Amino acid sequence: MKGSSTTPKKTLHSMAKIDLLQLLLRGRVFLALVIVTVVFTLLSPGFLRVANIIIISKHVAINALLGIGMTFVILSGGIDLSVGSIVGLSAMIAGGFINEGIQLPIFGVIIFPHIWMVIVLTLIVGILMGAINGLVITRFKVAPFIATLGMLYVARGLAGLRNNGYTFSNLVGRPEYGNTGFERLGAGDFLGINYSIWIMIVFAVIAYLVSMKLPFGRHVYAIGGNRRTAELSGVQVNRSETIVYMISGLCSAMVGLIIASQLVAAHPATGTGFELTAIAAVVLGGTSLMGGRGSIFGTVIGAFVIGVLVDGLVVLGFSTFLQNIIKGIVIVAAVVVDQAQLRMQERIRLQKQELSL
Amino acid sequence: MEKSEKTVLENSSINADADIILHTEGITKLFPGTIALDQVNYKIYRGKINVLVGENGAGKSTLMKILVGNEKCTKGKVVLEKKEINLNSPQDAMNYGISIIHQELDLCPNMNIAENIFLGREIVNRGMIDEKKQRDLAQKLIQRLEQKINPNTLVSELRVGAQQIVTIAKALSQDARILVMDEPTSALSTSEVETLFRVIYELKEHGITIIYISHKLDEVLRIGDYITVLRDGHIVAEDAVKNINMQWVIEKMIGRKLERLFVSKKHKIGKVLLNVEKLTLPRVGGGYVVNNVSFKLNEGEILGIYGLKGAGRSELLECLIGANTLVTGKILLEGRDINGRILDRIQSGLALVPEDRQRDGLVLTMSVGNNIILASLKKLLDRFGLYIESKKEKKVVDDLVKELSIKVSDTNSITESLSGGNQQKVVIAKGLLTNPKVLMLDEPTRGIDVGAKHEVFEIMQKLATQGYGIIFVSSELKEIMAMSDRILVMSKGVIRGEFTKDTATEEQLVNASVDENSIKNGVKL
Repeated sequence: MKGSSTTPKKTLHSMAKIDLLQLLLRGRVFLALVIVTVVFTLLSPGFLRVANIIIISKHVAINALLGIGMTFVILSGGIDLSVGSIVGLSAMIAGGFINEGIQLPIFGVIIFPHIWMVIVLTLIVGILMGAINGLVITRFKVAPFIATLGMLYVARGLAGLRNNGYTFSNLVGRPEYGNTGFERLGAGDFLGINYSIWIMIVFAVIAYLVSMKLPFGRHVYAIGGNRRTAELSGVQVNRSETIVYMISGLCSAMVGLIIASQLVAAHPATGTGFELTAIAAVVLGGTSLMGGRGSIFGTVIGAFVIGVLVDGLVVLGFSTFLQNIIKGIVIVAAVVVDQAQLRMQERIRLQKQELSL
Repeated sequence: MEKSEKTVLENSSINADADIILHTEGITKLFPGTIALDQVNYKIYRGKINVLVGENGAGKSTLMKILVGNEKCTKGKVVLEKKEINLNSPQDAMNYGISIIHQELDLCPNMNIAENIFLGREIVNRGMIDEKKQRDLAQKLIQRLEQKINPNTLVSELRVGAQQIVTIAKALSQDARILVMDEPTSALSTSEVETLFRVIYELKEHGITIIYISHKLDEVLRIGDYITVLRDGHIVAEDAVKNINMQWVIEKMIGRKLERLFVSKKHKIGKVLLNVEKLTLPRVGGGYVVNNVSFKLNEGEILGIYGLKGAGRSELLECLIGANTLVTGKILLEGRDINGRILDRIQSGLALVPEDRQRDGLVLTMSVGNNIILASLKKLLDRFGLYIESKKEKKVVDDLVKELSIKVSDTNSITESLSGGNQQKVVIAKGLLTNPKVLMLDEPTRGIDVGAKHEVFEIMQKLATQGYGIIFVSSELKEIMAMSDRILVMSKGVIRGEFTKDTATEEQLVNASVDENSIKNGVKL
């Protein structure tokens, strides 16, 4: 290497600075969460009270659960627009089971399943809807955007059909049928923390392990990163892709159950537009819409950023319109930062290489 | 990096005051993990046909991308007519009159000729596209190129040769002074090549400077005025074409170390491992991509498959690995019939290292380690077969990285940051980890530097001595002759000849690899 002795030192110094900046950029979701929390705490003392945190987390749980399913889908290079509708359909399915039971006209009987069965059956319905998405996408080669857009309409239509557009209200069951206790799912708590938050935590931990430790997880990353390579490496692309949508369906059904339970009612329009908030959480969490890059952890934090932002703005008395504007800006800004970080990584790599020449 | 290898620039007989229209000064281009160009001073002579040759990965394409504004150089400058110019986009280059005709023709097949020629520079009259004027101008351009094609024809309906003419017309419509042609004949038939050459001479007569890049050395010698040879990112030689011959070019391109590049070790050839019978893959729209191919592969044997681009070699390997479902024929591995899914074939002992490692071999967004284990995740599961054990994962990855001497500081780093040679070794590692019996390498040395080539050859020899059967596809004569125990030559999906290491000559291989048309015209390397 030519040049005076001061140059390399100076470059090294600036490299250290760049490394720090890069670290901050990498942890940007977390940083964003810290910033919004600090800002709202300053503006509204008491924002960080335990009770308030629990309320926010309850709201976040909904988005985070949908986001977890959506993360798998987006990591694989797809998109799932049908989650909001599946939320609505699942709520209606569960509500129907509780209020009307399963009617078997041939035998002239009505079976009222136990609440546990209601939950399991509803989750299965969600998984099935996801499986249909997956099959349409993999077998008939329909673009995920289109296939799940179709499902968005179909599932919403089915949700309406279930009770002719009416709400199933008062989902408390009847002691004589032995199907009481549904409301506990939404209202009950363990160690002072709402069940829905526990469910979010359990789903997040399992999803994290699945994505990082199971062959399936690696396959999802590989398919999103390079489908052809995955195929040539013996990954069963179609199967993995279908499972991804089934996971998303499962998460949606879980959310449908939680919301129906919290409201003690199932309305066919439940979950309208939720798919977009879920996608926002995923994107905020640093998962690339191109697939192959991102993490479950990021999505959960991303959901928290949105949750804190929305609740904070409400606390401060911002109108819904302003809330929407700010939410929109934050989401786009997140992607702008994401791109900047990618470019920077590339540049740093080249600079380091130049130094080592 | 081998800094010791001093390259002596030879420009013995170039007239010092020949008219240079454009030159570069100390152009250096870094890519993650490699130096694509190192201090390149490239001269382009006005109104001449300047040919640029070099092996794959020598840096030709990168140099051209810099000249046409597709890529920014890390260091150095471009000087046009004695003035330094800044090229930030293809548009900039066009404004200076520099145009390129890409190897892959960049035309929109869904649009007609006139629309393609004026794409992005539509002639507008009161806000609307003036189609008639575009058509007339397109017609004139095509006539200037001595062609008779209706400018209303959809590009998708044109033959490749005619499409080439359209791209040239497009470049001319941009008032190109300097026209870069990147492998323009690679997809053309012999008669189309003749037409193209006439067009090129015509352009030269009109004072247009041509930069002509090609692998076909006979073409280069026939058409060029000046020749520049790139090797591993350096200009190693330049001269007037009249002063040189084929021998000179090959020597400069490959370098003097050729003899030591190849690794030859005695290895024992055992019993039959793979038996392929009447493998056939029909082509969509008639004909065959792979036509009735049968061959055998023995333990410890390196079987070379030689042929030109499009001869069906890669497709043959894809049929073997199961990537294509329309295949008929039989594949017997150690006497067992294998068919079905890719996964099953990998598990029975076939492994493919695909030609285009970035497109087919790697997940660039994943880490080196994750790429290596991608095809063998099942082997790394815990005793309940549930999750991937980090300890096992780390061990196999570290072992392979060491065994193949993959140069990477951290196996968790993203594969994208590796050099071409190391990326290639990652793909090979992935193949080896599946414990194959037969390893299929498709152009494994494409686009990697000489040192890495040597290492890939070493790996191949080592595997052969360990009893692996190796299928080695290559379009480089020297390496296929030096490395293979037996050579099959493919052309148009058919095996045209079989040679043993001792009986094969370059002449025979080339003759078997070209179709009858080109033999008449005496194509030789």
